[in-house]
Amino acid sequence: MTTVISVPPSLDDQTFELVLEQLAPLPADARVLVDARHARWASPYGLTALLTLGQTRMTRPALAGPDAEDTASYWARAGFYRHAESIYDLHGHVPRDRPSGGESSVLLEITPVARSEDVHEVVGRIQERAQQILVRELSLDPQSTMRFAMTLSEACQNIVEHAGRGGWVAVQTYRWQKRLGRRVVVIAVCDAGIGFRRSLESAHGRPRTARWDDAMALEEAVIRGVSRFRDPGRGQGLAGVRRFIGKWDGKLSIRSGTARISIVPPWDDDVPLAEGLSAFPGAQMQITIPERISAGAR
Amino acid sequence: MIHHHIDVGGALRRSVCHLYSDLVTRPTGAAVRQEIEQQLEQIHDRTLTVIDFSHVGLLDFSCADEVVAKLLLHSISDAGAPVGFFLFRGVRDEHLEAIEAVLERRGLVLLIQTEDGSVHVVGELGERERTTWESLDRVGRHSAAALAAAIGTTLQETLSALDALCARRLAIKLDDSYIAISSALVARGIQ
Repeated sequence: MTTVISVPPSLDDQTFELVLEQLAPLPADARVLVDARHARWASPYGLTALLTLGQTRMTRPALAGPDAEDTASYWARAGFYRHAESIYDLHGHVPRDRPSGGESSVLLEITPVARSEDVHEVVGRIQERAQQILVRELSLDPQSTMRFAMTLSEACQNIVEHAGRGGWVAVQTYRWQKRLGRRVVVIAVCDAGIGFRRSLESAHGRPRTARWDDAMALEEAVIRGVSRFRDPGRGQGLAGVRRFIGKWDGKLSIRSGTARISIVPPWDDDVPLAEGLSAFPGAQMQITIPERISAGAR
Repeated sequence: MIHHHIDVGGALRRSVCHLYSDLVTRPTGAAVRQEIEQQLEQIHDRTLTVIDFSHVGLLDFSCADEVVAKLLLHSISDAGAPVGFFLFRGVRDEHLEAIEAVLERRGLVLLIQTEDGSVHVVGELGERERTTWESLDRVGRHSAAALAAAIGTTLQETLSALDALCARRLAIKLDDSYIAISSALVARGIQ
């Protein structure tokens, strides 16, 4: 029997939870069809998380892509189908894969990350376009380009250093009308690896308290900079990401296991820590940097 | 003092990939540091090595920890004394953010030479150490007693600060006197 998992019309980090709630009761080897026919929009988090979802299934899943031509075409330009075909049995109309070329909103197509070399490639590619997008369209300081690339590098390295299996990264800009009314640039980095709790548990002699769970592991890593390595120089990557989003009034959100921790800026109303979510392997990170506006323009 | 120059961008291309200019990822940083350390193996403890970042694009935190912090930490003798002195050059503001973060985390300091040739200490330095270093840098080679008189502190306090500066590679003891590494550079005409 195949269970149909419905993808909501608008797929982002919040609504992806609806997908995981449908998946939670099913054993990992259950056959599933991910039904995205009614999807009209997806954030980079939504697309990379869908690929990650496919990786977690022990029985090859199926996916029906968006019916809407423009949506399907966008998913193709973002590189979704190129990678999805190795994970899912694709049903329905699959648009011809085209590179994003002139697609200005796709800063970085969905790119697999498994090795150090992949991070070099991602950083190299993002720098080519980041200057134009960040400075001209989001009015950020010209120096932000390098720091944005640094942030992207550190986010991707979490996969290489800790996940134990490959993941995905994508970067996109769009106008976030509903919550912000401004343009944003969004980095999504998703993997289906061992997650933060198991990564920290792998450290020798690490004491586990009665409250040790996914939420506490995220607090340790994201807030206190704890790493599974004893080397005190470790754990600086996420601290660097936090510095960057703090400087640019951005938002950092990391989901792992059954919890999600967020560094929430004033413009957002998300909770700092969400617990008791549907269990999902690995770690899924989203970094959102809003367009900078002058005080007088607010 | 012997002057030795290492181009970090060149070390990156030799040790990892000839197409790379960005110092990103910990494995890349480790490979570059090992390449630099191989070059340093041949030098003795009174050598000043210029670590040149001019041809480095991006520097992330992981690489800064490997190439900068661990390079300093590894360059000590079996007795725990610093081996060699370093001056970092060609460091841009974007590099500095990562470098400052790893220095703070490890409690390290280093000398950076800016484009105008002036040398600055980067990293956390205690008030007394900083005052002593600035004075020593200004007056040049001095005995501890003469420096204490110039600063207006006790000999004991000045000796303590000078020992700390030597341990952190910011100054060097020559016979009965001390000289800031930055002053030694000027004396050698390294610009």
